[in-house]
Amino acid sequence: MSERGTGPYFGPYGGRFVPEALIAALDELSAAYRAAQADPAFQAELHRLLTVYAGRPTPLTEVPRFAAAGGASARIFLKREDLAHTGSHKINNVLGQALVTKRLGKSRVIAETGAGQHGVATATAAALMGLDCVIYMGEEDTRRQALNVARMRLLGAEVMPVKTGSRTLKDAINEALRDWVTNVGVTNYVFGTAAGPHPFPAMVRDFQAVIGQEAKAQVVSAVGRLPEAACACVGGGSNSIGLFSAFIDDRSVGLYGFEAGGDGVETGRHAATLVAGSPGTLHGAKSYLLQDDDGQTIESHSISAGLDYPGVGPEHSYLKDSGRASYRAVSDAAAMDAFRLLTRTEGIMPALESAHSLAGALSLTSELPTDAVIVVCLSGRGDKDVETAARWFSL
Amino acid sequence: MSQSEAANSSRAGQSSADPSKSRTPNDLAAGGLVAGGQTAADWTASDTDNGVAAAIERARLGERAALIAYLPCGFPSLAASIDACRALIRGGVDAVELGLPYSDPVMDGPVIGEAVTAALAAGFRVDDLFEAVAELAPVGVPIEVMTYYNPVFRRGVDRFAADLADVGGAGLITPDLIPEEAGEWIAAADRFGLDKIFLVAPSSPPARLALTAAAGRGFTYATSTMGVTGLRESLSELARPLVERTRVAGADNVCVGVGVSTPQQASAVAEFADGVIVGSAFVKRLAAGRDLEGFAAELVEATRR
Repeated sequence: MSERGTGPYFGPYGGRFVPEALIAALDELSAAYRAAQADPAFQAELHRLLTVYAGRPTPLTEVPRFAAAGGASARIFLKREDLAHTGSHKINNVLGQALVTKRLGKSRVIAETGAGQHGVATATAAALMGLDCVIYMGEEDTRRQALNVARMRLLGAEVMPVKTGSRTLKDAINEALRDWVTNVGVTNYVFGTAAGPHPFPAMVRDFQAVIGQEAKAQVVSAVGRLPEAACACVGGGSNSIGLFSAFIDDRSVGLYGFEAGGDGVETGRHAATLVAGSPGTLHGAKSYLLQDDDGQTIESHSISAGLDYPGVGPEHSYLKDSGRASYRAVSDAAAMDAFRLLTRTEGIMPALESAHSLAGALSLTSELPTDAVIVVCLSGRGDKDVETAARWFSL
Repeated sequence: MSQSEAANSSRAGQSSADPSKSRTPNDLAAGGLVAGGQTAADWTASDTDNGVAAAIERARLGERAALIAYLPCGFPSLAASIDACRALIRGGVDAVELGLPYSDPVMDGPVIGEAVTAALAAGFRVDDLFEAVAELAPVGVPIEVMTYYNPVFRRGVDRFAADLADVGGAGLITPDLIPEEAGEWIAAADRFGLDKIFLVAPSSPPARLALTAAAGRGFTYATSTMGVTGLRESLSELARPLVERTRVAGADNVCVGVGVSTPQQASAVAEFADGVIVGSAFVKRLAAGRDLEGFAAELVEATRR
């Protein structure tokens, strides 16, 4: 477990680059989370909710028709987070953080969302546990993801369109942080990805680690050995760190993170933070980010709102520098091809985010032995993306 | 570096660099003060003379709290922001807090947020900040740069500090940098004799107040309320107890900002704090093309005790 740090630092990355006003809350949250981890009653309640409410364990599905159609001789298995309640892996984290919120005695949760998946998951957990819920979402994204805005409002959450800066996920996080500074006494910030100030990167990873734990047991049960590769898409990096965490000590398993290449990394219109970014501080942590020479954050671009983020979690930065994980960019076009291929060959419509990891896995097979086994995290389902796909394919 | 190592190194850096640390207002009075803000006491090290602490002392001699005025560099243009700062200085402010526009200003409310967004859209570059400081520093009041950490980190912390010292800047106010994360900046500030101004908040427990007061130089920045910069109807009731707790924790100079925007509020803060920091109210006036010098003078008058 040498590399599964508990934070605040992952090598030179991580930390707490936030206003002093939040430090007391972060300390309180760290203490509450440590206590929860050590409390069998908390773990039992989380396990119960993940099982009877969220539908875990999610299945591991082999997709031979997809592999064959994609020209891969490898066996490809999908970890089906799309089948979790609310349609993505985000529920794993929010159930954990909502339980921590109740331990803190706080009655209100706030969250940021890009595509709306984390917002929907947070609104769901808030409805289940009777918490007030405010979701910050960039005004641009509220237009792109109107369906999820309606879902959140139906679940009783207040959705606040953010009109500052670039009006996307990055600015939604800024606005959520401003809310938290102001209302920290009664409010817990349910952060959606394994980024942000300590303890979020470690806590979110731990709540998402169930993905990797299940997948590892399932793939060993299916093929009798460890896979050659574990693949996932990386925006902030929560589904990927959840998958990777189970395999980090298994050196034979290659870890591959696929970032949004947008129009192509060479065009500058992308969200490939680890591939093309540089170290700096953003949203409370030191990590790779997309920035100009002055340290101003550069806006990211991706067809997938959930990957459209100029930062990334600090543990990924550490895994990149240490060489334990490899990060590559997948263009919008390649992701959309994989989206269509999986839908047509297997009857599984992936989220656009997950389509990046599918495309990445196919491109990886030429580097692996012909009988390789690849586990891909299918982090979410594609219902929310039907409109985007219809436009892309001119349906 | 671990948190405890960072904290230790910050304390170590402090003890060697700031001979004024043991000074209190009573010591000063006992030491005898002469006209022009000089004192017979032995605290006139060069780093504090150029810094904001000396300006706060001068205000104290005049039986005032210091007035520190914030404006963002490059808003509405570089030249106009420099002119605006000159107007503040003519109005009598004791120090200028010059903001470095940043793409993700999480501590700032809408007034300052919109101004820095406009400055960036107008093409502000970090090099412009040094140009502005070079023009303003000779005017005669300390110029403290308010900046989020990433532009400093990106330029190189040492290079940023060297460049700032080179143009006569007094130091940095760092709203998203706590002492535990600031080892590199603290070392650079000590090397170049710059002020390092950290924030405390109503939520800060005594141990953090002590850590922050010990790590800083110039003054400790007390945020009057839990929240972001901006105009508020009334002064937060949290301000006075925070200043008192910060003094008990060892801070010499405690200045209050965030949510202080009117002469009435400035006057109330001057009763219990060493300095009053006003930002959004100036930015709003600048954006509306209204007089800054007169308003600065009015606020300075309000800081009389």
